Amino acid sequence: MNGTYFIELFLGGLTRGSIYALIALGYTMVYGIIQLINFAHGEIYMIGAFTALIVSSVLSFTGMSPVLIFIIAAIAAVVWAAGYGMTMEKIAYKPLRNAPRLSALISAIGMSLFLQNYVLLAQTSDFQPFPDLIPDLAFLKPIETIMNTTQFIILVTTAVVMVVFTLLIRYTKMGKAMRATAQDMVMAQLVGININKVIMFTFLLGSATAAIGGVLISSHIGQINYYIGFLAGIKAFVAAVLGGIGSIPGAVLGGFVLGLTESFGTGYISSDYEDVFAFAILIIILIFRPSGLLGKTTRKKV
Amino acid sequence: MLKIENLETFYGNIQALKGIDLHIEDGEIVTLIGANGAGKTTTLMSISGVVPPRNGKIILNGKDITGTAADDIVSMGLIQVPEGRRIFSELSVAENLDMGAFLRNDAAEIKRDMEYVYQLFPILAERRHQHGGTLSGGEQQMLAISRALMAKPKILLLDEPSLGLAPIIVQQIFDIIKKINQEQGTTVFLVEQNANQALKIAHKGYVMETGRITMSDTASNLLADDEVKKAYLGI
Repeated sequence: MNGTYFIELFLGGLTRGSIYALIALGYTMVYGIIQLINFAHGEIYMIGAFTALIVSSVLSFTGMSPVLIFIIAAIAAVVWAAGYGMTMEKIAYKPLRNAPRLSALISAIGMSLFLQNYVLLAQTSDFQPFPDLIPDLAFLKPIETIMNTTQFIILVTTAVVMVVFTLLIRYTKMGKAMRATAQDMVMAQLVGININKVIMFTFLLGSATAAIGGVLISSHIGQINYYIGFLAGIKAFVAAVLGGIGSIPGAVLGGFVLGLTESFGTGYISSDYEDVFAFAILIIILIFRPSGLLGKTTRKKV
Repeated sequence: MLKIENLETFYGNIQALKGIDLHIEDGEIVTLIGANGAGKTTTLMSISGVVPPRNGKIILNGKDITGTAADDIVSMGLIQVPEGRRIFSELSVAENLDMGAFLRNDAAEIKRDMEYVYQLFPILAERRHQHGGTLSGGEQQMLAISRALMAKPKILLLDEPSLGLAPIIVQQIFDIIKKINQEQGTTVFLVEQNANQALKIAHKGYVMETGRITMSDTASNLLADDEVKKAYLGI
């Protein structure tokens, strides 16, 4: 066994896992609050990537420094995708709040197809090159073969997002309101929480983290098309279920487990089976822990 | 303070409330007694705006609040402690109390009120960092009442606070309800199956059967009433 190769796969797995985790957060939060699998969530990630592409293409004519362009494009992507997320909730899910969950699920699938085709019409099905805006960091030069700059940026950004996210959920008023609403929506209303605002904020937050994931992965891989949200969305959904849907630490853990499994699987076994590993690990974990790694078995105290 | 006129509430096609009228004066303890399924919980959920009524009027301090959103009703000082306590089981005791004060922004006063409820229920102070779900039934009821007090209620709606509790705890809970009413001047609307205890601390009482109010009188008259004795007091 080769040590460097192992580390390379490990870091590659963490990078993938970061992206899965960023997207999985949105799935798990929305599920935690309104028990809906938001199948259009992957599309938000894709829209985030496209927004960054468009903004950076436009800004590249201004002669701004690439790093600045990247930051502005990322912020624009986050804001724009959050707007999409909230709008989606308002038109596709809110009217179905009291309908059976299956209706909302169908609505989510419809939303997903709509957004894919809408981007397909506007952007064609060709892969668009995503500009390389992140300059190589000098201190990574010696380990360039193991970890390049975009990987480093992905890992650092994800870590920062996770910390901010945790603080937000744990200590802010809105974060507490989100947790309260997830536990008991009726009681949340009875203490004066406006659940519509909480649900909207949940979509905003989930969409924003997904967009960050979209921007990061696009600059890592270097090309995007209208379909990237589909597979990433499914994988992130697997990550959320793997970790225990509804559990925020679970989504992060699930993302990393999935990323590492895929990375080691393709590295040591065969890259032909890349997607098989994701679903194989899902099946194996669900056999032993049906509610996911950190999921809770539903138990109610009377 | 609170006036209900001809309230009708449906679940789908099933009519749970068949036109009820209630009248609660400022500073009173009013109780609503009745058997399981009479519509007591529905009455409270309709008043709180969680289950909107189809017909009728709910008037709070002269203002029609029928159809108002639940969180807006809370902001008007009408606070409910629901049946089954509904503690946020994965939030700590202190966080549950914070949630009670969700609509308030006066940090200093919130802190003072928190000290007040800790004084009222010292056990909660001891357990302030524990998850709400780890408390016993009685402690959860204390927490549920405390959480409601954190909202500075003008009128407090309590849904079966004695449900499933040991007699000694029940006594303690009723004493506290009385104390809140006397010391804070909070109006109390108490829904109970434990008619005996409820009528003892109440000024006025209503009896409910299958979606209708069948009797209303002063609490002492109801306690002495033969029919009430037979049906609800087990005498």
